[in-house]
Amino acid sequence: MNRLAYRKAVNFVMLSATGVCTLVSVSALFVILGFLAFKGGSSIDWAFLTKLPLPTGMTGGGMANGIVGSALMVGLAALLGLPVGFLGGIYLAEFAGKTSGFVIRYMADLLNGVPSIVVGILAYMLVVAPLHTYSAYGGGFALGLMVIPITLRSTEQFLLNVPRALREGALALGAPKWKVISTVVVPAASKGILTGMILGVARVAGETAPLLFTALNNDFWAKSLKQPTASLPVMIYYHAISLYDDWNRQAWAAGLVLLGMVLLTNITVRWIMGRGISVQKG
Amino acid sequence: MAASAVSADPTPQSKGNASGSRGDEIAHLVTFVFACTVVLAIAILVWKLWADSALTREKFGFHFLSGTNWDPNAKDYGALPFIWGTVITSLLALLISVPLGVGAAIFLAELAPARLSNACTFLVELLAAVPSVIYGLLAIFTLVPLMDEYIQPFFKHTVGQVPGLAVFFSGPSTGNSYLTAGMVLAIMTLPFIISISRESLLEVPRDQREAALALGATKWESTIQVVVPHARLNILGSIFLGLARALGETMAVTMVIGNDTNIHASLIAPGSTIAALIASQFHEASDPLQRSALIELGLVLFLITVIINALARLLIIATRGKGTAHSA
Repeated sequence: MNRLAYRKAVNFVMLSATGVCTLVSVSALFVILGFLAFKGGSSIDWAFLTKLPLPTGMTGGGMANGIVGSALMVGLAALLGLPVGFLGGIYLAEFAGKTSGFVIRYMADLLNGVPSIVVGILAYMLVVAPLHTYSAYGGGFALGLMVIPITLRSTEQFLLNVPRALREGALALGAPKWKVISTVVVPAASKGILTGMILGVARVAGETAPLLFTALNNDFWAKSLKQPTASLPVMIYYHAISLYDDWNRQAWAAGLVLLGMVLLTNITVRWIMGRGISVQKG
Repeated sequence: MAASAVSADPTPQSKGNASGSRGDEIAHLVTFVFACTVVLAIAILVWKLWADSALTREKFGFHFLSGTNWDPNAKDYGALPFIWGTVITSLLALLISVPLGVGAAIFLAELAPARLSNACTFLVELLAAVPSVIYGLLAIFTLVPLMDEYIQPFFKHTVGQVPGLAVFFSGPSTGNSYLTAGMVLAIMTLPFIISISRESLLEVPRDQREAALALGATKWESTIQVVVPHARLNILGSIFLGLARALGETMAVTMVIGNDTNIHASLIAPGSTIAALIASQFHEASDPLQRSALIELGLVLFLITVIINALARLLIIATRGKGTAHSA
């Protein structure tokens, strides 16, 4: 009897403990959001969104160059990464044989797992060093490289989910395979493919490490894509580690803007998709 | 699967239709070329990392990996402080996130009603979408002062007094330390562990639980002695995925670890990791030897994460097949 009471007590204590684990894990997100809103909310104003940063020690200024720079480089990344990933995904889902499919899938997962700082080194060696300058091209290239495997694998996944009967129906009507793919299979999977693309781009939009020594940073407007370019994440980094209160204040504001954009994209997309897709990992 | 079945099955129409099959060949070729960019990217990455680290590889050989001195002024480069930092921060992270994550996964899979479980999982997975620079930002202003004033002194005065363990919790501390970095990484690895562990627990067949309960086991006993062991390989896989993420994490670590290039046994001392060192020194490395050393460190980091990622995938994929066979 004593033994049973002990086992029941253990049961109760351990199961409660798992509940506490869940509570702690879930609350992490709310702590992050709460702190950012609390510390950064009041600093998001018109100046923050439209002005350049001021030299350290002066109060005011904003991160307009970082916002535009981020948009520019994320755009470049999408331009490079989305078409490559999309067409590669079509190959994997529709044409790949056993061996070629395995190799490409494996390499895509490998590329997806490469630490982002190492992607930065690669972009430095391939773009920054030959151009002899830090540039938006370098940053966009690094981010684009990260978009490719994400888009490729999600496109493949959604194409494979298209029911077989749809393809067979179209093939039976005499359509060649490329036409079946472009007019039946891809449109049928378009919602999912688009979702994967948006989540992939949203993921690299928050990346800092690949930009540190490819786009570098810039306290002013970049005059062209071949100049060092500011970005929101990199500006958050330098503002956060700075010793000036006003820079720290702006780091919080920028953090709130960045997190807001990333979370909003994730939540909206997943809400539209229902529960068809899980957060991009790796 | 469906696609390969169709392609293995040439339709009579496309045989007779020359323009159709030409179109197919073109489509096949074009998409193949684009798919190959990932192979090309990895090949170029490995080749460039290898070629551009030739200077240090020739000068230091394998001593590069065991050297403890990193001094750009003396042109002496050893990687051990950073390899140590990378390994120890990741292990500290797992020490916290594995019990927390597996515990939460058990709750979400075994106890919580489906709707609550899905909602919580969604919130936890959103943690994976939070940019790492934001973790760093938060940690600088919340965790670091907390570590400095309370947690590190606490460790120093309790565990630090135990002979044998004292070496791990001694010396001056500022709040920026291996331990601080490990705690931030713990939160960042949580979503991987929880999400995949929960899924694999949910895949355990129901009759396993019922058999244990029918034998008189309590809910906890059935979970820990039957359900968790059944899913153990998958859970291990999720831990390796989290580990791979922790090893390569850059920004959050750079911002809290203190970026000290010396090696310390003390967990509350400032240090650095491979990724943090590259982030803080690469753009100002004017000396070719230093750049080469940083690139070689990049190569080391790449190889470590490749191995860990491969192990994770192997564990998860191997058991995926087994799981479906069981439930079928």
